[in-house]
Amino acid sequence: MNLLRTLLGGVLLLLLSGQVLALIETYDFSNPELEARYQQLSEELRCPKCQNQNIADSNAPIAQDLRKLLHQQLEQGASDDQILDYMVARYGEFVRYRPRFGGAAALLWLAPVLLFMAALGVLLVTLRSRARRSGAGSATLGADEKARLQSLLDRAEQDS
Amino acid sequence: MGPRLKLFLPLILFTLLAMTLFRGLSLDPTELPSALIDRPLPAFTLPVLGDESQVSQADLQGQVSLLNVWATWCVSCRVEHPYLKQLADQGIPIFGLNYKDDDAQALLWIKQLGNPYRITIADREGTLGLDLGVYGAPETYLLDANGVVRYRHVGVVDEKVWRGTLEPLYRELVEGAGAQ
Repeated sequence: MNLLRTLLGGVLLLLLSGQVLALIETYDFSNPELEARYQQLSEELRCPKCQNQNIADSNAPIAQDLRKLLHQQLEQGASDDQILDYMVARYGEFVRYRPRFGGAAALLWLAPVLLFMAALGVLLVTLRSRARRSGAGSATLGADEKARLQSLLDRAEQDS
Repeated sequence: MGPRLKLFLPLILFTLLAMTLFRGLSLDPTELPSALIDRPLPAFTLPVLGDESQVSQADLQGQVSLLNVWATWCVSCRVEHPYLKQLADQGIPIFGLNYKDDDAQALLWIKQLGNPYRITIADREGTLGLDLGVYGAPETYLLDANGVVRYRHVGVVDEKVWRGTLEPLYRELVEGAGAQ
């Protein structure tokens, strides 16, 4: 009875481990440079079904298909640009985590610069208006104002 | 800007932000526009489901039609199936793309649930699905008479989707083709 249970447990374990292996498919590459590009591209391509994951992380069927396709294309000697063009032609610019410059994506690329310039502008205007205000109604006196005050006081002293 | 107007600046900013966020509530980020809109259906030659004959993109031309991507493993496809049959009964030409499926199961499905499709393309490996940019069944493409993709709907086609979105586009294309 005990033996049977151990055996059953072992079989179950084997079945489960097979499933785990099936989830992490591995591809053989003819040279390590291709493998590096595979890693890089699969992290840069977005899974269309599960939008916040790249195809390297996702286990959706579509991500598996795209990984397989990526492997095929790399082995066939396609360049990075060719592969990305192929993907974009089918799934739209959406499929790239680093969209090409142009169209609506231009706004995305330029937003940091534009926001920085706007912030700089606001800062300049604020500083200038503050400087103007403090120049007009300041409590401390400038050097020439001090000199003038001194001469007035001196004169008052002489008059008295 | 006068100092009085400046006092309203936070209110204006808040209103703009609130409007943007409110709009965001009704947007569906999972709905992607197809990259194929206004481009011809990709070229293909694939077997017809349950048949030895081959079908190509040219066989889908000649009338405004729907191309429905389905599979027996897709639960939502079962949900939309009765409505597709209803549309087919009204005379809307519907083509089926059986996506990454088992032929025997697909044939059983058609036998049991009825067949709304004029032709069902058997895309066992999902190659046409890939060229179309299919990322999840069911998907429905609206094709014009020249086989150009005009619209894609991702998800179940029901009364609301048909009346609200697909039918107006379909009628427009049919009338446009008739006027030419």
